[in-house]
Amino acid sequence: MVFELYVEIGRVALIKCGPNKGKICAIIDVIDQNRALVEGPSIKDGVIGVPRQSMRFKHLQLLPYTIKICHTTRTKKLTAAWEKSEISKKWMESAISKKLIASERRKGLNDFDRFKLMKAKQKRQRMIRMCMGPMPKK
Amino acid sequence: MKFGGDLHQYEVMGRKVPKLESEKSPLYKMNIFAPDDIVAKSRFWYFIKRFKKVKHSNGEIISVRQIYEKKPLKIKNFGVWLRYDSRSGTHNMYKEYRDLTTEAAVTSCYREMGARHRARAHNIHILRVKEVPAAQCRRPHVQQFRNSKIKFPLPHRVVGNWNRPRFTTTRPRTSFK
Repeated sequence: MVFELYVEIGRVALIKCGPNKGKICAIIDVIDQNRALVEGPSIKDGVIGVPRQSMRFKHLQLLPYTIKICHTTRTKKLTAAWEKSEISKKWMESAISKKLIASERRKGLNDFDRFKLMKAKQKRQRMIRMCMGPMPKK
Repeated sequence: MKFGGDLHQYEVMGRKVPKLESEKSPLYKMNIFAPDDIVAKSRFWYFIKRFKKVKHSNGEIISVRQIYEKKPLKIKNFGVWLRYDSRSGTHNMYKEYRDLTTEAAVTSCYREMGARHRARAHNIHILRVKEVPAAQCRRPHVQQFRNSKIKFPLPHRVVGNWNRPRFTTTRPRTSFK
């Protein structure tokens, strides 16, 4: 069983719990076996970052991106490395991010929206079935 | 004494109330770890009474000041020297913690002493807490993090999904690569 995602300096992670839920940050240092020191830089266009703090690994989901930083880098260098690797862009384009946004939208639907969604799904299924034709009898 | 929640560090200063106007009594200062300033004052009298001829009834507390960590975002290795009463005697101990603040390290210490040695908070005296440079750390569980290129996976992740049904036909997913 080979591991692909490691906790390491510069590993980008998604925060799953707490006030910064849904934001991404980089692991700057490891405090001990349960906690890391993380920081997510504030990028322009109002993307609020994650202030430097300790975070439990249980609250983090490791992502397949890393940035090149030394341990306990200052915010300025972290932001520079983050922008150089275009992490924000890669994250926005990733499937996980899109799924998260979609699930947030789903939660905020009202009854009429859910009705519209159901009708749209029905329409899509009908189109697929028309193309596939009747299922062959085995 | 309940030492619940996170402990704070207080600097408590007190002295014996001088009987005569001309008398000058020495001022004593202590660094106390306590959940709040009221407990800090109480512990101050507890310790001062053991060392000096002064108690709450004949003394006064001049100041109680919370000490905040100078660099709460810097990871430090703390050495904690303590003395505790076990069921059969009293012992000294030296423990090491890797943490961001002194208070967090001492809080961990109290919790660990309760867990490993069943020592209650009132039985523990923190003698000294000091930031120890990494090269001088003695405990292997702290030394193992002394690595600027640290790298490890998170194997067998037990995700605490409390909304998961009690009975299920699928095994949980513990590998997140």
